[in-house]
Amino acid sequence: MDPVICFRSAVALVGRFPVLAGVDFEVAPGEIVAVAGANGAGKTSLLRACAGLLPVVGGEARVLGEDLISNPRAVRRRVGMLGHAGFLYDDLTVAENVRFAVRAARCSLHNVAPALERLGLTGRLPDTPVAALSAGQRRRASIAVLVARDPELWLLDEPHAGLDSDNRDVLDSTIREASARGATVVLASHEHDRARSLASRTVTLAGGATTADVASFPRRSPAHVA
Amino acid sequence: MWPDALLVGGKDLKVEMRSRVTTTQVAPYAILVLLIFGFAFDQDHNLLSKVTPGLFWVAVLLCALLSVQRSFAVEAADGARDGLRLSGLDPAGVFLGKVGAVALQLAALEVILGFGVVVLFGTGFADPGLLVLSAAAATIGLSAAGVVYGMMAAGLRVRETLLPLLVLPVVAPVILAATQCWMAALGFSATDGWRWLILLGAFDAIYLTLGVVGYATLLEEA
Repeated sequence: MDPVICFRSAVALVGRFPVLAGVDFEVAPGEIVAVAGANGAGKTSLLRACAGLLPVVGGEARVLGEDLISNPRAVRRRVGMLGHAGFLYDDLTVAENVRFAVRAARCSLHNVAPALERLGLTGRLPDTPVAALSAGQRRRASIAVLVARDPELWLLDEPHAGLDSDNRDVLDSTIREASARGATVVLASHEHDRARSLASRTVTLAGGATTADVASFPRRSPAHVA
Repeated sequence: MWPDALLVGGKDLKVEMRSRVTTTQVAPYAILVLLIFGFAFDQDHNLLSKVTPGLFWVAVLLCALLSVQRSFAVEAADGARDGLRLSGLDPAGVFLGKVGAVALQLAALEVILGFGVVVLFGTGFADPGLLVLSAAAATIGLSAAGVVYGMMAAGLRVRETLLPLLVLPVVAPVILAATQCWMAALGFSATDGWRWLILLGAFDAIYLTLGVVGYATLLEEA
């Protein structure tokens, strides 16, 4: 089975600075992979490159069968990303934000209510403007967008940031369920214990390049790897 | 493209209705501009009547700059522009949606300003058809050019000050043609206003085409 992500000696620039300087990174379908590294190692840049948001200018970069170098936009509708920013509109309510993202991605609006419920965004919260939410509630709203879109590839940048213990557990089980349904997940996190308990292996970056690729927990294997 | 345009336009209008920036800030600003012009030309009512079309369109232009800036400020917050790129929406649809939303806001402002012009400056109508058509064409032109240059400036730290520098020279033909159309429509000039309407139509066609074709690149580069 073809890998969902296949980067070979991939190079990406921000201005003239190589934020990815020869990354080798491969992820199989249904796999959960943690990306580790110090601040500035290139974790966020790698996720943005996988989403087609950061142009890859050298090497080879394919995601979901699409060549990111020739057409970075082709993959976007099939990818869901949770970044440092939440991609939310402050003046819209939680439900309106999720509905907008779902309709833009051509997904079913029937997914919206279950996604909000899954993330505990119930009662008055769906009708509350995002500007009035706490940081943790905003994070949950952003995750609800991902759950409602149910993309083939989940790219999660510090997904546990801002969440309380209960909601971190909800997020972890949501990620495992997505993987069980066949989605592929790549997460960058400084919460090493949580990330390693979720992931089948951990890829370490330093200076924009891959330095290590090791199995996190031998007992956990990718759900859909042949 | 069109469903995406409706989705983005609807979202922008909903954001605007919630934030009420147009009704609480832009509309009062436009009325203040008219009043200040009124005070400046108060001693010469004939002159005031004759320059009414120009004053009206300068006021609309200043409001257009505010509306375009607001439209892109919304996308700059919380990485929403990246969210828009990630959504896979057709860039041409995003462009047309934003143009539609800005144009509708400007049209509402023009109704308010038009009422103000009639009340404050005692203006009448000689050719209402030309008045309405030229207003529609000028509004679309201002919105389309504003959204093209708004996107160009969106990723820059100096976007607030850069946008007027980019837009004002470009939309000078729109202001000129709209003013001439209104001079004819209000009976202040014997000029054939319908010929100026052709210029407005050509400007609209150029900037709408430019936006539809080039917005993908602008969205990526911002």
